Amino acid sequence: MKKLTEIRWHGRGGQGAKTASLLLADVAFSTGMYIQGFPEYGPERMGAPITAYNRLSNEPLRVHSNIYEPDFVAVVDETLLDSVNVTAGLKPEGAIVINTAKSPEEILPKLNGYKGKVYTLDAKKVSLATIGKNIPNTPMLAAVVRASGVMDEQLFLDNMQASFKHKFATKPEVVEGNMKALSMALEEVKVYDGSK
Amino acid sequence: MTDQNKMKNITIENKWQDLTPGGMIFASGNSVEFKTGDWRTITPKMVWDKCKQCLLCAPMCPDSSIPVKDGKRLEFDYDHCKGCGICAKVCPFDAIVFGGEEE
Amino acid sequence: MAIQDRLSGNEAVSIAIKQINPDVMPAFPITPSTEIPQFISQFIANGEMDTVFVPVESEHSAMSACIGSQSAGGRTVTATSSCGLALMFEMLYVAASNRLPITMAVVNRALSGPININNDHSDSMGARDSGWLQIYAENAQEAYDNFFQCMKIGEHPSVQLPVMCCQDGFITSHAVERMELIETEKVKAFMGEYKPEHYLLNPDQTLAVGPYDIPQYYMEHKKAQAVAMENARAAILEVAKEFEAMTGRKYGMIEEYCMEDAELAMIIIGSSAGTAKEACDELRAAGVKAGVIKVRVFRPFPAEEIVAALKGVKAVAIMDKTESFSANGGPMGAEVKAAMFGKLGDVLVTNYIYGIGGRDVKVDDLKSVYDKLAEMVKTGKSPEHYQYLALRD
Repeated sequence: MKKLTEIRWHGRGGQGAKTASLLLADVAFSTGMYIQGFPEYGPERMGAPITAYNRLSNEPLRVHSNIYEPDFVAVVDETLLDSVNVTAGLKPEGAIVINTAKSPEEILPKLNGYKGKVYTLDAKKVSLATIGKNIPNTPMLAAVVRASGVMDEQLFLDNMQASFKHKFATKPEVVEGNMKALSMALEEVKVYDGSK
Repeated sequence: MTDQNKMKNITIENKWQDLTPGGMIFASGNSVEFKTGDWRTITPKMVWDKCKQCLLCAPMCPDSSIPVKDGKRLEFDYDHCKGCGICAKVCPFDAIVFGGEEE
Repeated sequence: MAIQDRLSGNEAVSIAIKQINPDVMPAFPITPSTEIPQFISQFIANGEMDTVFVPVESEHSAMSACIGSQSAGGRTVTATSSCGLALMFEMLYVAASNRLPITMAVVNRALSGPININNDHSDSMGARDSGWLQIYAENAQEAYDNFFQCMKIGEHPSVQLPVMCCQDGFITSHAVERMELIETEKVKAFMGEYKPEHYLLNPDQTLAVGPYDIPQYYMEHKKAQAVAMENARAAILEVAKEFEAMTGRKYGMIEEYCMEDAELAMIIIGSSAGTAKEACDELRAAGVKAGVIKVRVFRPFPAEEIVAALKGVKAVAIMDKTESFSANGGPMGAEVKAAMFGKLGDVLVTNYIYGIGGRDVKVDDLKSVYDKLAEMVKTGKSPEHYQYLALRD
């Protein structure tokens, strides 16, 4: 049975939405899935709205287009809610994940009447508390794994540990902070089910 | 495939199969095989009585058509001399006649 | 055991080059191929390969340096895109007519103007008559696999021609996908050592290359070059067979998908071929006899293979990811129709320009092409003119 999950990321140039999509592809790959991680390219600059995508599946992927009806949407920068239609095409049985200090109920009026689940995470707070810098994409990655359920959370953490150890081979001291960011994000993420 | 042998005597009679890939030439200094002498309309001629073997003419020849051996110039290489007349112009002793009479 | 990895198309091609470890790589950066010389420079700096990287001041110089080093006897690669390929244009012809098997990674991007950095095939299609072989990839895996094959085909004694190894800019070059790498020892055995019959640095043979050609010889030399391109057909299949024995992955001139009993067919090249297969599957599930012919090799053109694949088809859409401004369709349209002439008189034909300048090509867009084909079968008429797909009009 083919199981395909399509995710769209919204961020601003320089915030790491592309990196987040590549990291998610990376960790999904390490659990044996077929993956695509790709940004939408153009003459973007630092701060300009950007979009990145993930396709994750248990079968080989062939489609090479952008994603118009995502199962999940991740918004790395809350201010995009005012300028970008982030829920465009989002499936009601899916979910949106937003980096914000607000609660899902508070953010709901900005979601164009979206009826699915809304997850919120204060990724800035989490990353400042654990990594010591505002790097929202690492905590957001954990929130997307929670919302999408594309992989077992423990498997996700184990694979991320290995990936961080490899990525930060020359500065192993940052691995712990990044791992803490992931586990704290899983604790902090809040959900509101709009379908109920 | 020995392309080297192929190119030895290529003429315009050869078919495409007989040519080397990309027109490669497996030799150096082979411009000597191209007889440019038939481009000549006026022919320089030696007046050996007047020649002092000063050798001013030989290095001036643009086509290396004045052979020099043992410090002495020899007869023109008419296979390659294009008849430019520079040799006659530089000869201080009028030992090279160039034009002035019917060929 | 093959190595599973997740890589972008540019990373995959760079790893292929690292595994081959060619003698020389002259290159000049241009989006979206820039990463390739960048990765290779890093590999060299890290001591992972000992290729001589030649930084040059333009693509014209890059191709000139390629010609120099390949003539000297070195295995030479380069990479470029779009305007970079255009700046090489003059030298492309020299490389081909001098019979130099240079391998070039082309990361397809629209050729200005209006200026645009996204994908279409106007760059390499513009150079389709330069005498280079052209092999196109659907995804990162194929870009990687094709690179080895391109080099081996080009170096084949019966061919001796340069090869463009093309993939779609950004769509595959910058998308990370799961793929399989080949062990380096196997790559080395497959590629073998490059032993050209004639090369400038051979102390035992005097050689001059690229001489002026007078009218009495030019046509004969061009004929020999054209025959080498014809010979490439057999070499492509021979190398593909050898590659399949090593990896289990099968390649040919074209790839047929659901063509056994297809009535409506689409002929397409590059990354959109995958999207077309998905569209085809959805239509098949709805009872439509759809099929896809993916053109892998554009030069030499697989005319016979396409005609054979189209037997039994009622209507065909020929997809061009470039506008050729012939006012009569795109280059693929022209080639396929020429191939069909006198052989498939009953097949209804239409030619589409699609996805140019990075216009996204969706499953639904390609399904609408099959809808058009079904309509053509119903009315029994081919459209008079070629058309644009997903155009605002």
